[in-house]
Amino acid sequence: MAKGQKMLRIQFLSFVRKEFYHVLRDKRTLMVLLGLPIVQILLFGFALTSEVKHAKILLLDNAKDVASQSLVTKISASSYFDIQQSVQSYDELEEAFKKGKGACALIIPYNFASDIQHGGGVRLQLIADGSDVNVSKTVVNYLTAITGDFVAAQHPTANLPMHISLNQHMLYNPEMSGSMSFIPGVMALILLILCTTLTAVSIVREKELGTMELLLVSPFKPILVILAKAIPYLTVSIVNFTVILLLSFFVLDMPIRGNLLLLYAEAVLFIIACLSIGLLISNLVKTQLAAMLISMMGTMLPTMIFSGIFFPVENMPILLQAFANLIPARWFYVVVKAVMLKGLGFSVVWKEALVMLGMTVGLLALSLKTFKVRLE
Amino acid sequence: MKVISVDKLTKTFGSFTAVDHISFDVNQGEIFGFLGANGAGKTTAMKVLCGLLSPTSGSATVAGYDVYRQPNKIKQNIGYMSQKFSLYEDLTVLENMNFYGGVYNLNNEQLNTQREQLINRLDLHNEAKKRVSELPLGWKQKVAFLVAIMHHPKIVFLDEPTGGVDPITRRQFWDLIYEAAANDITVFVTTHYMDEAEYCNRVSIMVDGRIDALDAPASLKTKFSADTMDEVFYRLARGAKRGE
Repeated sequence: MAKGQKMLRIQFLSFVRKEFYHVLRDKRTLMVLLGLPIVQILLFGFALTSEVKHAKILLLDNAKDVASQSLVTKISASSYFDIQQSVQSYDELEEAFKKGKGACALIIPYNFASDIQHGGGVRLQLIADGSDVNVSKTVVNYLTAITGDFVAAQHPTANLPMHISLNQHMLYNPEMSGSMSFIPGVMALILLILCTTLTAVSIVREKELGTMELLLVSPFKPILVILAKAIPYLTVSIVNFTVILLLSFFVLDMPIRGNLLLLYAEAVLFIIACLSIGLLISNLVKTQLAAMLISMMGTMLPTMIFSGIFFPVENMPILLQAFANLIPARWFYVVVKAVMLKGLGFSVVWKEALVMLGMTVGLLALSLKTFKVRLE
Repeated sequence: MKVISVDKLTKTFGSFTAVDHISFDVNQGEIFGFLGANGAGKTTAMKVLCGLLSPTSGSATVAGYDVYRQPNKIKQNIGYMSQKFSLYEDLTVLENMNFYGGVYNLNNEQLNTQREQLINRLDLHNEAKKRVSELPLGWKQKVAFLVAIMHHPKIVFLDEPTGGVDPITRRQFWDLIYEAAANDITVFVTTHYMDEAEYCNRVSIMVDGRIDALDAPASLKTKFSADTMDEVFYRLARGAKRGE
């Protein structure tokens, strides 16, 4: 038996070595493999963001008094807004909106200063470009807060009958940084795309080249073919995961509050799940092109929509929620957020981990079962 | 001694009978030519014998093992070189050898001997560390053949090994085949080149899934009162109903 094991080990190691040659020598793929995560993380971290910064504000200052001046100064001091243009009339304002010169307009009424002084009702008007709902909502919220502050400061003894102030505090992400919620999602996406596509393509390539026949007539065990294929990509994916973590920590100032070991364990679990999907796809198709298309479209699209990274799953119809539960990235995303941002431990994320483990075992079993020992 | 014996072997795909009750034996150390027009069923029959396809009916043993029950035993005792190219292009000659050596469980000593023999035999001293993709097709096929018999199998199956190769290299390739046969490796080869058929000890000619003729090339020529194997093949294959 010992001899048999040794033989298996030699077979397996020579296969793994060969797979590493394939991965390391295909310079173009390797570049995509290692470059994609870096580009994606930097893109999502810096360029693609749902935060509103430097929103263009149109200003119609009817008062032109001390108070209005200082309000305008306060607004333009904030990095969220740029006072784009001062207009003189409503007609001009409408024209500017049509040309898309501003996301929002602030109209300061006549007698602004004296209204404030006398503690009467101060009516500021905000007009926002509703065609871009997200931006205008955010801008309106910010502006409301700023002007509220301003009015309160101008008139500290405002004799409001009841003064309720809302003290907001964003847990785990006090600055409401968009990248905080994106990065765990991007992590899941990158690992998913790379693992699935590369595994699928690398197996189908052997089918296309005809070398698969050779492997099948050899005494090599089919399960070893699959494992040997998976190992180099598992390695590369762990490297990628590390790069993503380093980038998020040092470049994007993401916190890593939880246990790093736990984070890695969960990542490996997710990677294996993705590799299994790739194996499964490779068993179903015959050409590299088909393998690539199916693994890109078939995994990326549902993941973008149903993983909760971009659209909250809770708001979906029940049927779609049930479907969303089948997406491995959905669980991984929850785990990464919990461990990385909230610093939670295994006692909180074990359920998600269990679901991923179940999926991985299921997918792996399915892909082994469909791997054809004989050609049809 | 018979290393392959086939009796009424049949393989159907749906309603299509690719291999239709074929029976033949191959002796040890023999070079057995397996001829037939495109679509006659050669490759299918060969794949059944290699354990790549399961037969529909009939019986066959390869290297003494049953194709139904002992495909894994068969795999340990055969070599295979397919129509398509069977080495990894992005690996060097040596790396390919190391890989297949590992797959067939050669120990280091055996692997070293084999590597040396192959490099000397094909005079690849300068090319051994080059990637296979840089070698001309004829060289690749010769390397692929020697790699396929590196583990000294009882039988080696060659599926159109010389397709697209120039005449000189084909001759050299057949020299390698003779050497293998002299080393007691049975060679089971399919080809479309009738001059190669002449090199075989015996040839079978498949037409529409059946074996219509099986004998030594000389006997076949006498039997069909033809001057060349080409003519023998033409007379048999002309009647085929299946085209390409």
